[in-house]
Amino acid sequence: MLLSNIRAELAKALRRPANWLLLAVAVTLSLTFAYLIPYAGYAGGTATPPNSDLGLPGMLPPAYVGNAIGGMPVFAGALAVILGVLVVGTEYTATTWKTVLAQGPSRATVYASKLATIAVATLAMTLVLAAVSAGASTLVAAVENQPLDWPPLTEQLAGIGGGWLVALMWASFGALLAVVFRGVALPVGLGLVWLLAVQNLLAGIAAPLVDWIADLQLGLPGPNAGSLVAALGAGTDTPGVATTVGGGQAALVVAAYLVAFAVSGGWLLSRTDLD
Amino acid sequence: MLTTMTKPVWTDSLTKRYGEVTAVDELNLTIEQGEVYGFLGPNGAGKTTTLRMLLGLIAPTSGGVRLYGKDSTTRGYLDAVGALIEGPAFYPYLSGRENLRVLAGHAGMTASRVAVVLDEVELTDRAGDKYSTYSLGMKQRLGIAAALLKDPALLILDEPTNGLDPAGMADMRGLLRKLGAQGRTVLLSSHLLGEVQQICDRVSVLSRGALVAERPVGELGAGGRLVVVTAQPDIAHTRLVAAYGDDTVRRHDDVLELDVDESDAAKINADLVGAGIDVSELRWRRPNLEEVFFSLTGGNHAA
Repeated sequence: MLLSNIRAELAKALRRPANWLLLAVAVTLSLTFAYLIPYAGYAGGTATPPNSDLGLPGMLPPAYVGNAIGGMPVFAGALAVILGVLVVGTEYTATTWKTVLAQGPSRATVYASKLATIAVATLAMTLVLAAVSAGASTLVAAVENQPLDWPPLTEQLAGIGGGWLVALMWASFGALLAVVFRGVALPVGLGLVWLLAVQNLLAGIAAPLVDWIADLQLGLPGPNAGSLVAALGAGTDTPGVATTVGGGQAALVVAAYLVAFAVSGGWLLSRTDLD
Repeated sequence: MLTTMTKPVWTDSLTKRYGEVTAVDELNLTIEQGEVYGFLGPNGAGKTTTLRMLLGLIAPTSGGVRLYGKDSTTRGYLDAVGALIEGPAFYPYLSGRENLRVLAGHAGMTASRVAVVLDEVELTDRAGDKYSTYSLGMKQRLGIAAALLKDPALLILDEPTNGLDPAGMADMRGLLRKLGAQGRTVLLSSHLLGEVQQICDRVSVLSRGALVAERPVGELGAGGRLVVVTAQPDIAHTRLVAAYGDDTVRRHDDVLELDVDESDAAKINADLVGAGIDVSELRWRRPNLEEVFFSLTGGNHAA
C-alpha cells in the first residue's frame, strides 16, 4: 500500500508544472550567482565582483560541489520549502484530502508517501544542481585552459548527501507549515519570511548584540545548514553559509530537525479534522 | 443475515460539536445491505458532517461509527466503501484518466480498473482532457468514477446532483439508479426532496443535526388530501364546510381541498352531485416530501 501511494504521489509531483519551474529557478539562480556573475567579474576585471575572493579557482572543478550546495541554506532552501508546501498544501487548497483518503489509505501512509516524494524531488534537485555546476566548471576550465581536477568521489558524495539533507530538511519544514496552516499561500509566505528575513536578522543583527541569541543560533536549522554546507566545500561568502558550528554537529542537528518536522507534521495531520 | 454491528452503516449516538454548536446530535443510523438510503435535510442540517465522520475525515465528539463492523481505527476500514463528499475535488493539472490512476494508486488498485469506471460513467471520450476543462456535470461523473474505483459494496454520495442543470440531474439520477440496481448499498444525501423520492428505498430526515424521521420512502409520503374541482366553488364550499367543518376544507379559487379519509371520496362526490353541483375533478393528492419534511420539522429550516 505504501509503495503504490508513493507512486501516486510521484506521479502527481512529476506532472505538476510548478515543480519543474522550481527546479528551473534553482538551476538558474545557482548558475547565475555561482558562475555567471563571478565569471563576468573575473573576465571583466571588476574590482570587487560577487565571490571575488574566490576568483577563478572558485569556478573550477575542485569547487563545483560547494557551488552546487552553497544555495541550500537560503535560496535553494527557500525553493525546497515551497516544494514541501506544494506537495502537502495543495491537498488543502484543492480540497483533495477527502478524495484521496476516501480511497482508503491511512493518513500516515499518505503523509509518508508525500515525504518520500519530497525526498526523491530534493535528491533530484541536488543531483541536477551538482550536474549543472560540474558542467559549468568544466566549461570555465576549458575556456581558461585549466586542468579538470575533480574532487575525490567521497568528497563529492558527501557534498551531495549533505546538500540533499539540508534541502530535505527545509522541504519537510514546508510540509509541516502546510499542515499547520492548512493551505499553500500562508505557509509559503511564512516559510520564506523565516528563511530570507528572520534568519538573516538573527545572524546579522541580533546575535552580535545579545549573547543568548548568539547561543541560540547554534541550535537553529539555518546556521546549522550553513555550517554543514560550509564544511562540505561551500564558500562562506555565500549568504547563509558560515562556520558557526562544526560539520559533524551541523549534520546531526539538521537531521534532528528533519525528523522533528516530519514526525510533527504527520502527528498533527493525524489529529486534525479535514475538509 | 448481518448483525446490527456488521451492517453497511451503523452509528451509535454519533455527535459532533463545534464549541457551542451541535452539528450532529446523537444520531443513530442503520443502513441495510443493498438498500438505497436517502439522507435528507436542508443545507446545514448536518448531513455532510455526518458523512465526513463516516469516512473518518473528522472525528466525532462522542458516539461511534462502524462500516461493515469496522471502526475507523481498523485497518481496511474503507476497503468496501466508495465516496463522493461535498462535490468532486481533483488535481486540475491532471487529466481525468490521470486523476483516476493516481487515486487507484492511493487505493492500492491496479490502473486497469480506471478504464472500467470511466466507461461506467460514460466519460471515456474525454478522459484524456485536463480536469480543469471539464464541465460541472463531467466533474461530478469523474467523482462517481473515483468512488467506483474499488468496486465498493457501499457508496456514500453527498449531493451528487448539486449544481447540475436539469439534463445533468436527470443523467446523474439515471446513473444512481443503475448503481443501486447493481446491488450496491447506496447512502445518498440530498436537500432535493424529489430526488430522494425518485431514487431511494428508505429515507431519514435530518434537521439541526438531529434525526426527525426514518422510514420507507413510500410511508413518508402517506396520507394526503381530497381535491375537488368544480365550476360552482362557492356553493360547494358552503356545503362541504357545513358537513365537515371549517378546519377541514380549504379553498384555492375553484379548487377545494379536504382533510378527510381517502374512503370518504365516493360519499362526498355523491353528496355534491346529488346537490346539483358539477364536479369536474375528484382525486386524492398525496403529500410531496417537502410537505412531509415541513410537517416533521415544524417548518423549521436549520441554519
